[in-house]
Amino acid sequence: MKFTKTVLVTVALSLPAGLALAGSHEEMTIVSWGGAYSKSQLKAYHEPYSAMTGVTIINDESAGTAVAKLRAMKEAGNLTWDVVDVEAGPAMQLCDEGLAMEIDHDSMLADAPDGTPASVDFGSFIVSPCFIPQIVYSYTVGFRNDMVGSTPPTSICAIFDTETYPGKRSLKKGALSNMEWALLCDGVAKADIYPTLETEAGQDQALAKLDTIKDDVIWWSAGADTPQLLADGEVVMGSTFNGRLFALIEEDKQPVSMLWDGQIYDLDGWIIPTGLSPEREARALDYVKFATDTQRLADQSKWISYGPTRASSAALVDKHAELGIDMAPHMPTDPANSKNTFLMNYAFWADYKDDIEGKFQAWLAK
Amino acid sequence: MSNTNENGAMLTADGQPLKRSLATALRRQKIRALLLISPLLIFVLITFLFPIGSMLFRSVENNIVVEILPETVVALATWDGKSGELPDETIYAAFAGDLQRAAKNKSHTRVGLRLNYEKSGSASLFKKTARQAKKWDLETDAPFKEKLIAAHKGWGEVEIWQTLKTHSSRYTAGYFLNAVDMRKTQNGPEMQPENRQILIKLFQRTLIMSLLITVACILLGYPVAWLLANLPRSQSNLLMILVLLPFWTSLLVRTSAWKVMLQQQGVINDIFVALGMIEESGRLVMINNQFGTIIAMTHILLPFMILPMYSVMQTIQPTYLQAAKSLGATNWTAFWRVYFPQSVPGIGAGSILVFILSIGYYITPEIVGGNKGVFISNRIAYHIFQSMNWGLAAALGAILLAVVLILYWAYDKVVGIDNVKLGG
Repeated sequence: MKFTKTVLVTVALSLPAGLALAGSHEEMTIVSWGGAYSKSQLKAYHEPYSAMTGVTIINDESAGTAVAKLRAMKEAGNLTWDVVDVEAGPAMQLCDEGLAMEIDHDSMLADAPDGTPASVDFGSFIVSPCFIPQIVYSYTVGFRNDMVGSTPPTSICAIFDTETYPGKRSLKKGALSNMEWALLCDGVAKADIYPTLETEAGQDQALAKLDTIKDDVIWWSAGADTPQLLADGEVVMGSTFNGRLFALIEEDKQPVSMLWDGQIYDLDGWIIPTGLSPEREARALDYVKFATDTQRLADQSKWISYGPTRASSAALVDKHAELGIDMAPHMPTDPANSKNTFLMNYAFWADYKDDIEGKFQAWLAK
Repeated sequence: MSNTNENGAMLTADGQPLKRSLATALRRQKIRALLLISPLLIFVLITFLFPIGSMLFRSVENNIVVEILPETVVALATWDGKSGELPDETIYAAFAGDLQRAAKNKSHTRVGLRLNYEKSGSASLFKKTARQAKKWDLETDAPFKEKLIAAHKGWGEVEIWQTLKTHSSRYTAGYFLNAVDMRKTQNGPEMQPENRQILIKLFQRTLIMSLLITVACILLGYPVAWLLANLPRSQSNLLMILVLLPFWTSLLVRTSAWKVMLQQQGVINDIFVALGMIEESGRLVMINNQFGTIIAMTHILLPFMILPMYSVMQTIQPTYLQAAKSLGATNWTAFWRVYFPQSVPGIGAGSILVFILSIGYYITPEIVGGNKGVFISNRIAYHIFQSMNWGLAAALGAILLAVVLILYWAYDKVVGIDNVKLGG
């Protein structure tokens, strides 16, 4: 009896409180990748924004499947996401399918402190009218210091050099990044890589190059795979996102070094889904304006080694908030790291992904 | 006691004919029973059958082209794609009109994405052309043939028009053809080029590996189930916990544990090296291949084999074996002729469970399968989440479902589904 009474009283007391909360309290759901990356957004964007506006932010970690889920939500007519963090390629696809809202970057986003409009500050990183750039990251290679002998690799082509660097290497289980590297190391000039990949012969050439190391490769599908394999000594080198390698080297103190050579830049940013109610859309825009201003983008780099996409943020990149080390030398865009790089060609991959990925997977299964 | 009316039919106490009265009572019972199961029935309909049906429907649905480019599709009907000649001005004009309207409500990119599955480059072709098409005046800017070709030279190639015509029907067999490594062309179905063929191979691999996993589960599970059924209760309880404990552990944890066990710097290789059984340089490759998938999945699915076997074996009377032996049978004959036939229904139930579960397995092959140990379900997931080709994913799913149903039917014919027992 006593227990029942307690329950009843508790329910009675909390019911009005719950109703009041639902009535006045604002919530928004932001979709991102989880792990250290979500933590950096929590510290740099979510916490200050919540403190300023009182909006509660719910972090949903399904960015990896965001395109499919947004399409399903749209079809079901039940949109539960407010702001979504995606890579540039998927952002273009969402824009093309009419699932992401087109943005007027100058009027909807903050100017740089010196008054430079956002579209100039972001520059060529605005790869789609729906895309609000956030960070530059890169596909790059890390290697075990104790497994490469006395001549640590200095060129991306070390992944194809199984004589000098015997042992397994881990590569992404997909065509993007591998096809580019294969051609680069097969003697194709950097400027000719994408035109070459457009042709059947060029695709065959890249796959033939990859064929030379096929038996020495462990193919990864999650960003955490390569750091794990490197830490276990399963592979001598492996490709992954540069931030993952930073965490492995600086936070976990593993005997691993960055190669940086031949890194492929990719972008990550926000999109706002179409079909939000006016008040949700206004809140999403307000959040995005805050989260992509010059200071906020620079703040994020205190937590993770991804470069801010605003030119005006570069000078504000500071020390890591917990490790206290200078972050600038760990950015993929730092001059010392970016001697030999290329930017993912989104327009190319939008056209050829289905075809080349199909061939790549067929080759892989052979 | 009993009443009859003038026709001699039986009547109940209230004067109703007995037959009708019984029928009413029966109907009332049926309605009550239906009402009782209706929540579950509605739930299953809404959350299971309807979504599956609508997903399968996508495998033949092909509305995009005809809805976004309606006039072009009508105009193209008169054009002979096999002639190898470009369509005439009327078709180009119809297309220019369609494209302009599509560009204004921003649906042109959707056609581009749809056709890009069939012909690389279509996505940017539509996107780039639409930017210019928005500015055209449909009345005065003719001829559009030159205008379109000037906007993008792709429109001067007969191939894009053939693709457009081939994929303009409202319903298509194209996705099903793609699902078996073929493609729809203007000359009818053709095989995909060799370097794009993968799916038939994956279907075969999925079936063969599922079969291997099922056999491995039978071989490993049978003795355990026998022990479970025949040991004294205190010992069999302990054994049962050992069987169930991994069953209750997360799938991901168990799969990752196999990674730690089997990798080249893993526990098993370390032990082999320490014992001097293999050289340091000759560490075995046991994961990221078919071997790894079979090992991990056999372990994960083993309880699904052991439990049905156990529940059947429990009901087999030990007296039968004793009787066989007392009549002079050897241990082996007694087992093979008397015990084993009675345990077959358990094997049947376990095999169906394990086989059907493994045929649709996704996460374990994805983690430990490398490039040669992945299943067809990994491809389905790829087309749902990455390439966004839901039509193809639906066709693959439909084929997988059909294969399972056919196998189930064949099993019923050969073994008889009545011989399957999940217990008692």
